[in-house]
Amino acid sequence: MKISSTLGKLSIGLGLLGFALASHAQIEITERIVPGKTPPIWVSLSGFTGEAAQVLQFDLYVQGFNFTNSEGAQYLISGSNNGNLQGRVTDRFNKSVLVSKAYSGASVRRQVHAFADDFVQALGRKGIAQTKIAFKGENGANGEIYVADFDGQNAQAVTRDNTIVAAPCWVPGHLALYYVSYKLNHPDIFYQNLSSGERRIFARYGGSNISPSVSPDGSEVAMILSKDGWTDLYVGSASGGKPTRLTKSPQDESSPCWSPDGKWICYASKERERRSLSKISPAGGQPQRIPIVLGANPTEPDWSPDGKWIAFTAQYRDFQICVVPAEGGEAVTLTAGEDASWAPNSRTLILARRVGGGRYVLSLLDVPTKQVKDVPRISGSASQSQPSWAR
Amino acid sequence: MKVTKFTYLLVLGMVLTMAASGCRKKPGYVTNIPPGHTDVPTDVPPAPPLISSSTGTNNPSSTSSGFPQVDPNQRQNWPRDAKFFAAETAHFDFDSSVVKAADKPKVAKVAEHLKSNPTHAVEVDGHCDERGTEEYNRALGERRALALREELISLGVDPNRIDTVSYGKDRPAETGHDEAAWRKNRRGEFLLETPPGTTP
Repeated sequence: MKISSTLGKLSIGLGLLGFALASHAQIEITERIVPGKTPPIWVSLSGFTGEAAQVLQFDLYVQGFNFTNSEGAQYLISGSNNGNLQGRVTDRFNKSVLVSKAYSGASVRRQVHAFADDFVQALGRKGIAQTKIAFKGENGANGEIYVADFDGQNAQAVTRDNTIVAAPCWVPGHLALYYVSYKLNHPDIFYQNLSSGERRIFARYGGSNISPSVSPDGSEVAMILSKDGWTDLYVGSASGGKPTRLTKSPQDESSPCWSPDGKWICYASKERERRSLSKISPAGGQPQRIPIVLGANPTEPDWSPDGKWIAFTAQYRDFQICVVPAEGGEAVTLTAGEDASWAPNSRTLILARRVGGGRYVLSLLDVPTKQVKDVPRISGSASQSQPSWAR
Repeated sequence: MKVTKFTYLLVLGMVLTMAASGCRKKPGYVTNIPPGHTDVPTDVPPAPPLISSSTGTNNPSSTSSGFPQVDPNQRQNWPRDAKFFAAETAHFDFDSSVVKAADKPKVAKVAEHLKSNPTHAVEVDGHCDERGTEEYNRALGERRALALREELISLGVDPNRIDTVSYGKDRPAETGHDEAAWRKNRRGEFLLETPPGTTP
């Protein structure tokens, strides 16, 4: 029987189009994020006990989930942890099963972290529960550089110098760090490969060498040097050689960080005695001020991995973590703290919070919901600060 | 007849679509977490030999970009005496690296000593109170040391004889948490450097 060819082609086309759309595995779910004003995603938990329940709750809370009974939840999370972990996540509305898995090996903690990641990944997000942080752990003035799980667990010192240390910064995608150490009675920037244990001095110029920040592709390091007589922003090749001077200003620049596309270095600057955030191309040129409305005395910027936000420390009577759109605009104040570092999911921040007596603790903040939780007590140092999230 | 055929193809298309989008698999598999975590070795080797660093120019000219500093390795082994110039410690206002008029005679005293003792050098340490953020304070401490260095240079001291180190807020002179302590912590200290094997 003859089919009208136009209609026939159209219906075949529609069928193929539907097929193509459906078989496209990664449909991007764009969540609408308003810093500090986004409601949490409500979930219910049942069947988990003890440490498994605690870890699961922590992992989800700092990613913008909150907990209620099954009638109020969007996702029902159930499972058990008698020995190994089993976990299941159901969408209460459409009844679909997002995750249904059993885990084995390692520890309950790590199984729970894997389950938490499986859940958020089913929602189209990046998981963070199996990622790492670095930070400075101090007892009095001296300290060591530490590496830990994102929640502060399994913290290990990676230096043993008993000297002043500062500003650890991960090499993106590698188990390697740059940091400042006064091991030679002088602030120098070190590079350390955590897999091999290899360590070398990266920058030891006259004056102070501080605040290293590695480019997204790992090939360059931005830093503040005073070798030419002023505290200025420099960028140098990771493989060594003479660094390029990017600013020539008698004012103090500090805390450089990179845009995720590697095109900009953002840093804390001063213009006519007023603190500001600026950005400059690593190839040099004119710096541009990032216009910020609200958000007083900004320092310590960090650029989100998705490129959209800059987190920074504002100074009022105390210090507050703020975020501002990367192109500038109105800053949103989120929580008390300093020196925030973005997680790979571009929504969770780790920060340091003062607790009196000159001591700090680490804290995790979900930017959209403002949900915040201190990292549980880390032994080995009285104070933990200057966190850096491995990305 | 045509409508029927069209309907048939449309339904076929929809069925294919639904088949492709798929009922989710009901996984019965188990995710095994490998036992060996990426543990970090705790055996950190001592600092290896230093890579060479730029020494800058020897020309004490032009404040349009600052006076370059010498390689810190040059005087790494020179003893530092923190007591010799203790009375010359300079203090700074909050968030400021401006050398106060009242402190200029102190800096002059340090300059005098250096001019009379051409083999000596000086390390200027810059410090902050606890009220700023960490890396901002590290840069501010360095700015304070540099400001005192510039003052020494303006009094005729060779820039190559002045080293600067910032301690940020890490080495307070006083451990209190009030202005009385903070005022004492916002400071620049002069440490006398002498060649090894000589006496000051």
